[in-house]
Amino acid sequence: MSQIHITTTINGDETEYLCEADETLLDVLRDHLDMTGSKEGCGTGDCGACSVVVDGRLVCSCLMLAAEAEGRAIETIEGMGQGDQLHPLQQKFLEHAALQCGICTPGILVAAKNLLERNPNPSEEEVRYWLAGNLCRCTGYDKIIRAVMDTAADMRGAA
Amino acid sequence: MRFETPTSVDQAVALLAADPEARLLAGGTDLLVRLRAGNIAPSTIIDIKRIAEMTVISQEDGGWRIGAAVPSAEMNEHAALKADWPGVVESADLIGSTQIQGRATLAGNLCNASPAADSVPAMVAAGATARIAGPDGTRDVAVEDIPTGVGKTSLGKGELVTSIHLPPKPARSGDAYLRFIPRTEMDIAVVGCGIYVTLDDQGKISDARVALGAVAPTVILSQSCADTLIGTAGDDAALDALAAAASAEAKPIDDKRGTIAFRKDVAGVLAKRAARIALARARGDS
Ligand SMILES: Cc1cc2nc3c(=O)[nH]c(=O)nc-3n(C[C@H](O)[C@H](O)[C@H](O)COP(=O)(O)OP(=O)(O)OC[C@H]3O[C@@H](n4cnc5c(N)ncnc54)[C@H](O)[C@@H]3O)c2cc1C
Ligand code: FES
Ligand code: FES
Repeated sequence: MSQIHITTTINGDETEYLCEADETLLDVLRDHLDMTGSKEGCGTGDCGACSVVVDGRLVCSCLMLAAEAEGRAIETIEGMGQGDQLHPLQQKFLEHAALQCGICTPGILVAAKNLLERNPNPSEEEVRYWLAGNLCRCTGYDKIIRAVMDTAADMRGAA
Repeated sequence: MRFETPTSVDQAVALLAADPEARLLAGGTDLLVRLRAGNIAPSTIIDIKRIAEMTVISQEDGGWRIGAAVPSAEMNEHAALKADWPGVVESADLIGSTQIQGRATLAGNLCNASPAADSVPAMVAAGATARIAGPDGTRDVAVEDIPTGVGKTSLGKGELVTSIHLPPKPARSGDAYLRFIPRTEMDIAVVGCGIYVTLDDQGKISDARVALGAVAPTVILSQSCADTLIGTAGDDAALDALAAAASAEAKPIDDKRGTIAFRKDVAGVLAKRAARIALARARGDS
């Protein structure tokens, strides 16, 4: 089977890879590109642990074929902090202890960042609905929601 | 498996007609799940998202044409479309999570032909048509005539849906869609109900369309439900008659998500509630 050659942009860097037609973007990120921040919790679109942003839209990378990425702009958890400089959301997640095992955390951070870029002042209800596709078996969600609300308030203050 | 990215409808039709084992890929939120589960093994995946005309929402003779590759999130962000057909947009906004809505399309929801597809009763109530392209040209088909059974459609060899058309919305009209699920998000409809009404200048209902989902193998467009509303002012007696008719029309199955008796009851309750919302919208109260 001949592989498909894809040129795409990941976290601002032009990236090339070869993939099979049936490989997902998540497979390629984790297994070919060594970007293991995106997690596979279910592989069926239910848990959100694989969340990435493609051309500005939040999607599950487990439900997107790697071959679809040609010419797109992809953002993953690896692009969130700048070196040692954490993104404000990452910092707040630490302060609020909004994670335990951490499997859901990359997906939730990617999803929350996308929300705050679209809506800097979300209500708690809006945050909860936006993150409804990100499952967490540990925290009970409350600390996650508080961390996102607190980040939003801080970022509005700083802006 | 091959992966194709046609850039025109003609190319997509040619690819599809040439290969009976090929599958179309819109948002992939049904297709990828089935592919990964090993339920399907297509020879070729044809991604329709590079076909420019299928990626846009446009106004057409006072109505709307929604390309078959438009994700539901984009519909939800389209203020003018939402103002005209809030029920249809809300039904698409119920599909899965934010992540799923970033990919899921109306046409994919329709062609997947699940009895529980949320946008389908809303589209049927709105009088939507699907534009189909195939080897013999294009045709327009009422949305309710696309699904023919669980997972089955009336599309012929080499045919695909290129867009969904929502008609111009008359004055004093409104639509609504409600579903019942055990949670508030991320679940499959146990019952769904789409309703559309138009009022005359006296405030009486002159036209109504009532569609029920998840209570039969395919969506039910119920004339007997519509008849309970037409000619009335949408008062409580009419809504009670609507609820009774909806319960009678529902032909559900028993499964882990609901019994027959429960689903029939809920069909009536949802019809009544959805009708109240559609009426309020038609009156301009909301
Ligand atoms: C976690 C999760 C939650 C979900 N929740 C819901 C929900 O709440 N309500 C609901 O209704 N659905 C739900 N779904 C199912 C799915 O998201 C929807 O049915 C969606 O609308 C499918 O659209 P798509 O563009 O992703 O379709 P795809 O997966 O791309 O395609 C679906 C099917 O239709 C065919 N097809 C696609 N486009 C065309 C076309 N233009 N012409 C002809 N055939 C075509 C494909 O070949 C395939 O067989 C959920 C799915 C997941 C994974
Ligand atoms: S791994 Fe993609 S949603 Fe769970
Ligand atoms: S921290 Fe363990 S799943 Fe969320």
